Amino acid sequence: MDIIISNSSGKPIYEQITSQVKNMIISGELKEGDALPSMRLLAKELRISVITTKRAYDDLERDGFIESFTGRGSFVAQKNVEFIREEQLRIAEEHLKNAVSVAKSSDISLEELEGILRVLYEE
Amino acid sequence: MDSIIFKNISKEYGDFALRDVSFSVPRGSIMGLIGENGAGKTTAIRLLLNMIRADSGTIEVFGLDHAENEREIKEQIGVVMEEDCFYESLKCKDVAAILRHIFKTWDDALFRSFVKNFGLPENKRLKEFSRGMKMKLSIAAALSHRPRLLVLDEATSGLDPIVRSEILDVFLDFIQDEEHSILISSHITSDLEKVADYITFLHGGRVVLSENKDKMLYEYGILKCGAGDFAKIDAADIVRYRKSAFGYEALTADKNAAARKYPDITLDSAGLEDVMLLMIKGETK
Repeated sequence: MDIIISNSSGKPIYEQITSQVKNMIISGELKEGDALPSMRLLAKELRISVITTKRAYDDLERDGFIESFTGRGSFVAQKNVEFIREEQLRIAEEHLKNAVSVAKSSDISLEELEGILRVLYEE
Repeated sequence: MDSIIFKNISKEYGDFALRDVSFSVPRGSIMGLIGENGAGKTTAIRLLLNMIRADSGTIEVFGLDHAENEREIKEQIGVVMEEDCFYESLKCKDVAAILRHIFKTWDDALFRSFVKNFGLPENKRLKEFSRGMKMKLSIAAALSHRPRLLVLDEATSGLDPIVRSEILDVFLDFIQDEEHSILISSHITSDLEKVADYITFLHGGRVVLSENKDKMLYEYGILKCGAGDFAKIDAADIVRYRKSAFGYEALTADKNAAARKYPDITLDSAGLEDVMLLMIKGETK
């Protein structure tokens, strides 16, 4: 499992960790029940503070991606990739709604919009 | 539970005083003590080690009074001071021979493995050691009785980046055990920016800030603007500011709120050094 931390991305380090772990879970690279490295080990390897990895794991747990057990560590939660996918779909739909309202207000046709979407998706 | 608790500690010298210093170091964490030279960092550490006595206030270590239970506590603390603390004519094995009789829990094998991993010369006398080697030896000596708390005073200052990085690795290894904690004082803030969990900032003998490091790094920000924009900023949104010939730098404690409230003003993230500088040199609006 690879986690890449950028110091110049402007995104807080805990967010960089949570988004990469979420990606791994959604893409199936990390599966239900897989163990995550301990917070302390992750901090050591990334050379960051424990408080930062703790924040990342707390956020992941709050969002239902992982479960932590005292003394045993953290694991990918049993929950459903389906549900997460549903969430992502809902977010995509929101963005598309915005695109549609912009298109309608400026007389951009559905065909044109589909064309843009296709180009962007295949980029 | 906290490893160290400073409660309202005051210590008066003729020309310098620590006043009402309170902070705590949670178990399992690294606390960085920052501040300019003469801010009181070393005094705080000497008080902790009962080398000097406070005029008022209490210090607890592992939940015990630091003076009443001094022996018991010191068995479990490893200390590294800025100056060399061993005689120059000793070799590594002599240091072990001395400390073996001081600490009940001294571990010779562990000490030898540190000496080996640090690449310290076993046949040279300490006076032939470089500053980096001396510091590594002090750290090896401080860790070889398996302490629960490591206290370091300016341990990484004056060392090159390679040695500093090796030493940070040792700290990160040490903290893998959740029972362990580190109190490290330094004015080189970049090292602490990497590994510390909490930061206590001393200035003129007082605690200016004692906070979760991420909170400091991600919530403090610096607004950069000209005189016109500066006049528009609410005094309440500015912790400190500094004026230069070409504009203002203003420290804010809530970067995200400032970004929403003043979308047209340049907003930078603040590093520990920026916070330290503005807190000391800056003015309040």
